Amino acid sequence: MTSSTSNFEQLRLDGVTRRFGPPDTPAALSELDLTIERGEFIALLGPSGCGKSTALNCLAGLLPLTAGSIWQDDRRVDTLPPEKRGFGMVFQNYALFPHLTVRDNIAFGLRMRNLPKSDVQRRTTEAIEMVQLTEHTSKLPGQLSGGQQQRVAIARATVLEPSLVLMDEPLSNLDAKLRLEMRTEIRRLHQSLGLTTVYVTHDQEEALSMADRLVVMRQGKVQQIGTPEEVHTKPSTWHVADFMGYRNLLPLKASQLNGDQVTVDLGGTAIRGAAQGPVAPGDDVIAAVRPEDVKLADQGVKGLVEVVEYQGRERAVEVVLDGGVQDGVAQDPVRLHVRTERRVEAGEQVALTVTPGRLLVYPS
Amino acid sequence: MSATWQHRLAERGVDRRLWLLLPATIFVLLLFVYPFLYGLSLSFQPTQGGGVLANYDKFFGDAYQRDTIATTLKIALPAALLNVLAAVPIAFRLRGRFRGKRLLTTILVVPITLGTVLTAQGLLNYLGPTGWLNRVLLSLHIVDNPIRLTNNYWGVFFSLVITGFPFAFLLVLSYLSGIDPTLERAAATLGASRAQRFRRITLPLLAPGLATTFLLTFVLAFSVFPSAVLVGNPAGSTRVISLAAYQAAYEQYDYSYASAIAMVMGAVELVVVAIVLVWRSRLYTGSTGGKG
Ligand SMILES: Nc1ncnc2c1ncn2[C@@H]1O[C@H](COP(=O)(O)OP(=O)(O)O)[C@@H](O)[C@H]1O
Ligand SMILES: [Mg+2]
Repeated sequence: MTSSTSNFEQLRLDGVTRRFGPPDTPAALSELDLTIERGEFIALLGPSGCGKSTALNCLAGLLPLTAGSIWQDDRRVDTLPPEKRGFGMVFQNYALFPHLTVRDNIAFGLRMRNLPKSDVQRRTTEAIEMVQLTEHTSKLPGQLSGGQQQRVAIARATVLEPSLVLMDEPLSNLDAKLRLEMRTEIRRLHQSLGLTTVYVTHDQEEALSMADRLVVMRQGKVQQIGTPEEVHTKPSTWHVADFMGYRNLLPLKASQLNGDQVTVDLGGTAIRGAAQGPVAPGDDVIAAVRPEDVKLADQGVKGLVEVVEYQGRERAVEVVLDGGVQDGVAQDPVRLHVRTERRVEAGEQVALTVTPGRLLVYPS
Repeated sequence: MSATWQHRLAERGVDRRLWLLLPATIFVLLLFVYPFLYGLSLSFQPTQGGGVLANYDKFFGDAYQRDTIATTLKIALPAALLNVLAAVPIAFRLRGRFRGKRLLTTILVVPITLGTVLTAQGLLNYLGPTGWLNRVLLSLHIVDNPIRLTNNYWGVFFSLVITGFPFAFLLVLSYLSGIDPTLERAAATLGASRAQRFRRITLPLLAPGLATTFLLTFVLAFSVFPSAVLVGNPAGSTRVISLAAYQAAYEQYDYSYASAIAMVMGAVELVVVAIVLVWRSRLYTGSTGGKG
């Protein structure tokens, strides 16, 4: 059996649900609908515990579904056991077979397929060369570094040229530098082998840089599906915004509405933002803006510098704004995260402006 | 001692913490090594004279005595093997978490605590010529004469399985739970069927533990004594080597000869242990990725 026979044009997840426990408990994964095109690189993104691994294990066949179905073109696959699906999987802790050498680990899947010895030999050697482990072929996994183990895991899962490769936070156990290198390498492999990949991560930067499409999840539910750019610039909810680096999530009140332009009151100054949902004047809203879209200026919203973190070229600055008085009640002070190249110090009075169009206003 | 030397020794695990082993070492010396050496030297001082090796000549020269080795091995090896082989599939099925696991393991520990004498008693009640099994078989006319399952080879064999199996099961279960279940799942995603996963992943990782389990149940079975007398046929088919030693010591009062038999018994056990350990040393014995 070669994997190309089981290759598909589309993989469709239809209301895939998985619950651990009785029916009244919240589902770990709830009604996931997703269509994956052949050759796509999809990232499942979300905070720890949001159901990413559950989704991946359901796809791999390692967890039975509570409800829903998975279709490979017109063939239903969610009823097949994992060994019949032909999907490759890279596990978070690599799950290399500790008693087998690097070569035998990588050849494992080929041997299970009863391919001729010479084929196994050739394809294994190619895979070993591809992940640059030629000098380590006869070592046991325990004798390898984390990055090398990772490469073995990737080679083992991809040597079969599976119709779908599933990766569960494969880089989370590596150090920062190696993580960057491996990112590029995984992306390169994906392209050169023409793989279809579903990649799980909780690191938004990783997801943005690697994926063609992101699926952002929270508490078992899909929040948004879109290209990295869509998710980055137009998060669908403030939870997604939070996850996409909008560090400033300010609980404010909408005062005026003009088309999808909302005016909110920030530290006594009226600021315009783009409404991202139904908002009416007087509503409590959450205004989201990235630190890099808040600038120190000569005039604007007044505030007091509280914390300064030196971060190389830039400084991350925390500014406290006066909450002001609303309806005769003193409001809590608002904290804003700002990035600036200007040399500021704690205790300094500063003025801030928000880059026009970069403030997103969500109903709370 | 220079600092470099200390570092070098520390690298090999030699440092001051080794003193903590002292009490255990003294304990072992007093309880095991001294009696062993005493017995060994006693065995070379035959009561009837006739050279240092006279006791050993006597044992190996007498077929009735010599055959006890084979008799014992014929009981102990299959019993130990069966205990291990039966423990594997059952432990494999029960390795996950499930309700009542603690209860089950507790029930399984009971035969170990009962000891061989109570087990023998129970066996006679169930399997003896007038035991429940035979009464049922007779009343249902399945057999015409009671089948003999006690006071012969099978009585001893059953007794060793009853006391040895729970022990083997608990050991195998703990070895199994030390194997990371993700490894099998990884093998499944690589196309390995259930049987292939067991054969290629679980079994190789479990094998060293099975060897250890086999040895422990074998050693327990090899020194079988009470059941060989109580549910066996101590004059014939279950005349085991410990019985020969007992008779030498407490029927003929020839402690020297009895010591020699005990030494032979130890040597035979050592040979089996050595063979299994050599085999085990060729297996992968490193981390199995699990919690244990
Ligand atoms: N085997 C399990 N039994 C019970 N609950 C589980 C199990 N696996 C995962 N969960 C729960 O399901 C939720 C999602 O888990 P998971 O998919 O592992 O999250 P993620 O991979 O996104 O961090 C979590 O709340 C977790 O506690
Ligand atoms: Mg996870």
